[in-house]
Amino acid sequence: MTTQTTAPETPTPASGKPAGLIGLPPKTGLALALGGSVLTIISTFLAWTWTSAFPGDLTVYGYPGGLQVLVLIGGALATLFCLARYGVKGLGWLVPAGADAAIKFATLATFATSWYTVLAISVDLGGLVNLEPGGYLVAVASLAAFLGALALPFERPEPDPFDPDDTGWELFKHRAAGKWATVKAAFATGTPRRVGTLPSYVEILIIVAVLALGLTVFTYGIGTEYDELFIGFLITAAFGFAALNKAGLIAQASQITARHQNITICGAFVAAALFPFTQTDDQYATIGVYILIFATVALGLNIVVGLAGLLDLGYVAFLGVGAYAAALVSGSPSSPFDVHFPFWAAVLVGALASLVFGVLIGAPTLRLRGDYLAIVTLGFGEIFRITANNLDGISGPDLTNGSNGISSIPNLNILGFDFGLQHSIGGFTIGRFANYFFLMLLITAVVVLVFRRSGDSRIGRAWVAIREDETAALAMGINGFRVKLIAFAVGASLAGLAGTVQAHVTYTVTPEQYLFAGVIPPNSAFLLAAVVLGGMGTISGPLIGAALLFLIPNKLQFLGDYQLLAFGLALILLMRFRPEGMIPNRRRQLEFHEDAEPPTVLTKTGA
Amino acid sequence: MTTDTITPSTTGETVLDARGVTMRFGGLTAVRNVDFTVNAGEIVGLIGPNGAGKTTFFNCLTGLYIPTEGEVRYKGNVLPPKSFKVTAAGIARTFQNIRLFANMTVLENVLVGRHTRTKEGFWSAVLRLPSFHKAEAKSRERAMELLAFVGLENKADHLARNLPYGEQRKLEIARALASEPGLLLLDEPTAGMNPQETRATEELVFAIRDKGIAVLVIEHDMRFIFNLCDRVAVLVQGEKLVEGDSATVQGDERVVAAYLGEPFEDAPGKDEVAEVEAAEAHAEAATDAAPGKENDR
Repeated sequence: MTTQTTAPETPTPASGKPAGLIGLPPKTGLALALGGSVLTIISTFLAWTWTSAFPGDLTVYGYPGGLQVLVLIGGALATLFCLARYGVKGLGWLVPAGADAAIKFATLATFATSWYTVLAISVDLGGLVNLEPGGYLVAVASLAAFLGALALPFERPEPDPFDPDDTGWELFKHRAAGKWATVKAAFATGTPRRVGTLPSYVEILIIVAVLALGLTVFTYGIGTEYDELFIGFLITAAFGFAALNKAGLIAQASQITARHQNITICGAFVAAALFPFTQTDDQYATIGVYILIFATVALGLNIVVGLAGLLDLGYVAFLGVGAYAAALVSGSPSSPFDVHFPFWAAVLVGALASLVFGVLIGAPTLRLRGDYLAIVTLGFGEIFRITANNLDGISGPDLTNGSNGISSIPNLNILGFDFGLQHSIGGFTIGRFANYFFLMLLITAVVVLVFRRSGDSRIGRAWVAIREDETAALAMGINGFRVKLIAFAVGASLAGLAGTVQAHVTYTVTPEQYLFAGVIPPNSAFLLAAVVLGGMGTISGPLIGAALLFLIPNKLQFLGDYQLLAFGLALILLMRFRPEGMIPNRRRQLEFHEDAEPPTVLTKTGA
Repeated sequence: MTTDTITPSTTGETVLDARGVTMRFGGLTAVRNVDFTVNAGEIVGLIGPNGAGKTTFFNCLTGLYIPTEGEVRYKGNVLPPKSFKVTAAGIARTFQNIRLFANMTVLENVLVGRHTRTKEGFWSAVLRLPSFHKAEAKSRERAMELLAFVGLENKADHLARNLPYGEQRKLEIARALASEPGLLLLDEPTAGMNPQETRATEELVFAIRDKGIAVLVIEHDMRFIFNLCDRVAVLVQGEKLVEGDSATVQGDERVVAAYLGEPFEDAPGKDEVAEVEAAEAHAEAATDAAPGKENDR
């Protein structure tokens, strides 16, 4: 990093004296950032390339298309933050935690997205000649804006004194650490001021706006039609989110949502239910329903892992048990039982089957602690799959139809509503997958309800106590084995519940759907990853983690065989830099970043 | 307030009765044939040099270990061999090295202590019937009472890990009291405390006794023990050496020998002893607090 471009001889400027990462006067830097951002916005209305061979039609003057929209959003965000920094009246609310870091991230979002686009055009079409002037303009303007933003002053950290005996590698490491600290400080921001109490209708409107924004972003992400757009979306979304976070808007929004938790949760479900209405065909509702299944199972796993602290590596087996149970009683021709249960009965059968398996597996294994439990559950997950494979009438009794699985599972029909057919609701066509999407949303709501209510109760506190210190929990009169078994059984039945719907959505249930690790979620490894990535012990964490873990492999088909490698790398990076997950539980955040915050008062006892 | 019918300062009824308790780990006998009683309304101390088997004996009383021989009775009933059942029966304990639920709030810690005295299960929590809200409100009220009792009422929403050391000790006591015990076992409640905090703990233990709860204390701070306890038992190498009031124990030669060793043959004469004692008395003013102690488990 170029920390000392102006005066190479002088040592690092004394701490506390504000200076930018780049040796430009701050005023020039801000002007540059604003000018660059405005130019970027203008350039998105120009043509970037001459041929429509690059997807998204970037050849048109007059309105932005495809990736240009993303750049436009980033540019607009950066412009707004710059204007707020200039003290323009009415924009102060945008930056409750200070504008500088927000400007840096917003310009970085614009810069990264536009340069990614420009490079993708050049690589795809074979050379820089394929760029129109608009393409050059956006590259220069976004770079200028980013450099200008880097010139904004920040508090430099105190340089650590180094040991003069250190040589070579040690010294290099020390310097690198110092530079990294400087860069981190450059992107750091203050703590946002607290939101005063607004009239409650304003707060609810804000919540509605936040949820609407969330739905829009999600719908956009799910609807991206080509790899380039999805990558651009990821870049813009990640850095844009960081910019909003650094501006302090996320913190303020979460304060407001925390005041109206029930409204927020209901609103989130309404927003999710609106998703099929934003779609013109069933293509993306398919992704939607698979995400919901995955997310619901992950949330169930979060009870076991996040609350009770039991590492379950074979959780997908319970989804499988539920799915098989529902498939067997669904009236499918390949089921050995010639019965056709109504859906409510099938749900009960699925959940009960998983419950029984959960207790059967849990009773002997929950006496083990930690690693041993993980190994046994890992084994159980595999045993389930292999057993399902062998119960084909040749290697064992005919129950599951072996590796062919139970196929042609009929569509559900609840109270005359056929889930297999298209329905027209208020002028919108709701297809098969959208029907199941609504049903699955109901199941998700049940799981969220169970998670929330049991988490904040006597049994939930007992789970957390067991996770924290089992010996002390026993000394408090908690029957550890019983309480753990309840967690295990609850988690299993919730997964079974999701499995009953999954069986109908996928038409076919085969053993190969329930692997330990595979490319297609849900599998045990991805479920655990969704929980850890999203944030253990939270509700929104696994939902968001699951959405990302499903969308990324689904959208980035070109990764092909490298999907699992990329997944592993991403997990390692995440564990290194954000071990508490994307949506940290308050407790875990304090656990991992003890120095980051002063002793804090927990305003709500969130489990 | 208390679950049982003991009235304060009646020392008649036997709360805890250990008979012939022996604990062997393989070839090692950590506790050998110890008889021990605690009566209602009493504060009893248990002292002994490091490795004497105090904590092992404690663990036998709380169901963490099952005694190899002998039996422990609480109010006439033999204790069940599971630590959570012992707590339900009415014996609560604190730990030598603080074992709070570090990432739960202070209030939640005490609420966990209420576990045995509440019944709401999983379905009650999910369905949220009126009885659930009632029980939860009652638990919270009782927990806040206990926090007020130990002086932590305005820290209810802090994380337990963020409390200073002395307050963590207090919270452990509040958490133990939340199970409405008839007997409280304190394992070195003043370890690592300064004299002021030690005195505050002393007051707290007296207040607990006045609530009608019998207290058994392991401690190394002799001043604390002899101020506090009605009766003191000395455990040396797994065996009970003496038991009696402060004066009896302090005057017992075997106790002095256990802590300081036997006088050797050319033991110093009386004059020299007097000389040394004078010097020590002079130095004692400076070094007041008892030295800390390592984990003896």
